[in-house]
Amino acid sequence: MTETMNRIAIRPLSRILPARLRGDDPNKIEKENLKIRHEKMRDFERVRSNIRLLLIIVMFACIYTAIGARLAIMASSQPAEPIVQSNNSLISTQRADIIDRKGRILATNLETYALYVETRHLVDPLNTAHKLADLFDDLNADDLYSKFTSKRKFLWIKKKLSPEQMQAVHDIGEPGLRFGPRETRLYPNGALASHILGGTSFGKEGVKSAEIVGVAGIEKTFDSQLLDPLYSKKPLKLSIDLSIQAAVEHVLEGGMRLLNAKGAAAILMEVKTGRVISLASLPDFDPNHRPGLPSRGSEAESPLFNKAIQGVYDLGSTLKIFTVAHALELGLVDPKTKISTKGPIKMGEYKINDYKDNGPELPVWKVITKSSNLGTARIAKMIGPEKQREFLKSIGFAKPTSIEIIEAKVGKPLLPKQWNELETMTISYGHGISITPLHLAAGYAMLANGGRLVKPTLLEDPKSNLGPRVISKEVADTSLAMLRGVVMDGTASIADISGYFVGGKTGTADKPSAQGGYDKEKNITSFASIFPINDPKYVLVVTLDEPQDTSGPEPKRTAGWTAVPVSAEIIARVAPLLGLRPKFDNQSIVSVTLSSWQE
Amino acid sequence: MRSFIYTLTFAFLVGLAFWAYQENIKTKNAIARTEKLQKEIGIARANLSILRAEWAYLNRPDRLTELVDLNYGRLQLVPLRATNFLEVDEINFLNDPDLPEIVSLPVSLTITASSHD
Repeated sequence: MTETMNRIAIRPLSRILPARLRGDDPNKIEKENLKIRHEKMRDFERVRSNIRLLLIIVMFACIYTAIGARLAIMASSQPAEPIVQSNNSLISTQRADIIDRKGRILATNLETYALYVETRHLVDPLNTAHKLADLFDDLNADDLYSKFTSKRKFLWIKKKLSPEQMQAVHDIGEPGLRFGPRETRLYPNGALASHILGGTSFGKEGVKSAEIVGVAGIEKTFDSQLLDPLYSKKPLKLSIDLSIQAAVEHVLEGGMRLLNAKGAAAILMEVKTGRVISLASLPDFDPNHRPGLPSRGSEAESPLFNKAIQGVYDLGSTLKIFTVAHALELGLVDPKTKISTKGPIKMGEYKINDYKDNGPELPVWKVITKSSNLGTARIAKMIGPEKQREFLKSIGFAKPTSIEIIEAKVGKPLLPKQWNELETMTISYGHGISITPLHLAAGYAMLANGGRLVKPTLLEDPKSNLGPRVISKEVADTSLAMLRGVVMDGTASIADISGYFVGGKTGTADKPSAQGGYDKEKNITSFASIFPINDPKYVLVVTLDEPQDTSGPEPKRTAGWTAVPVSAEIIARVAPLLGLRPKFDNQSIVSVTLSSWQE
Repeated sequence: MRSFIYTLTFAFLVGLAFWAYQENIKTKNAIARTEKLQKEIGIARANLSILRAEWAYLNRPDRLTELVDLNYGRLQLVPLRATNFLEVDEINFLNDPDLPEIVSLPVSLTITASSHD
């Protein structure tokens, strides 16, 4: 409005009229005035656009400064938990639980406190030292006092305190005694399944918390998974059945005591899936207070040593069935083929003989039931070293088992370097080859599984465990009938438990002596069994270290009198727990096969 | 007119500021409550895990075996064996003193019995 008001006329009469009089062109005046007006308008617009530009610059500068400042704040400040959105309040540094196949807890965490001292806050060091020494047997008052009065500002006293101990320390009323929260691993079942679980210890330690790390067993194998926050709500489910494990350990320990054995191991495994239901090794230990490694003596004497998966032994005649199954598979013999059992076989200085005389010859199936070394050695001679080695390799007897316990890697089979005719013959009856009881269980599971290999596992939901076929179904079934024969009228007659049709093979091997050679008085006895043999579901391997039945006038050391009764008791106890319904009629394919051979 | 609009806008601004202040306080209260609840849930979970551990400890097979041995006189519990299994027809349901006496056969049984004649 003001602009129009101040507007100068383009053709002002005061100038036009004199111009006309002068004879000038009045249009020139108009042009001149228009030019002035346009210049003014241009100047005005320029100022206006400059202001606009400035405003835009200021605005953008503000926006970018705000964004930049926010970025800088976010980058330099401590990250905070999004408390409002998150609904999971548990600190996820917790180690996941381990449970058995029925969900019972095998390992869990417990909140406890660690005790430490800040010496500068100590009011009465002498009194504190004495009171602490009274509370804890392993502490020494003088020792503590000298530490309290030394230059140290901080020292740990106890890594774990029970609530009662903590209260007692509170009652001392000393401000220098401090507690740091600790999460500790608890194995509520004590020594039960200790070799499977292994144990844990504290990793990185701070005042406020400490990391729990697995040091052995399944705790070490699955350490990263158990610590992973993604898994922390999901417990690790094992194939172990707690009550069955307890029954197996109970019977095994009783057997070990009765037979004065130094150690024992047992493995109970599902045939079709390879899931291990129970794995025991005695003597055992309490994983809550895991003992240290032995400072002297051999590692195998320590309770930490897992005899079932770490210990490699000559398992003796239990291996004979593999020699016979292999010969059957190659078509070299059939169950009724007569094999010479005349002895001894002399190879240089070495003599092969039977435990007792079996006459001049036996049919193949009786070589197994009578457990003839001579017969098996002669069958192995037909097979030859090359094929024997390949076969044993194919059933997994050349490398450690793949079970999920870290110590299994140590259980590497011992095979002879020179594999000639003599080795072939001794290996055929289980001497000169050392494997773990778990290898044996896996081998028997293969026979029970119709000739297909199966990998032993401790996980309830394993990935596919079925391996390739190594022998035909027919050969596997024939082998089962022979194993049944061993129990019905062979070396393992004690294992003939009514209702459960056990089949199996005994093995007694002399232990290598310190002076070289073998010690006749010290044996490893084992019994590998399959039940029920008509419809194989489970494999049980029991191994005893230096057992001796002293109930009779003469000590009995063979597997038939040691490992077999222990196995029989385990099967009788465990089969009902496994939900196996006993059957009392004897009309099965296995018994028909057996009686056809006896004709 | 213009001053009226100015006053109105200013009042609106004051209103908005008041509302924002209230919302801020409410949010802070809600966060504080959440924190308290989270802490309570944490403690409850810790207690739960202690109870679970204690339950597992009390039910450890060693202790149960001991209890079974201690109470053998009263309970006479023994491990389950193959001989403890029975066929259904070996069970004598009819002579159970705890069950009421059977006055007449149930209808379904009489029908099946008569159909065999």
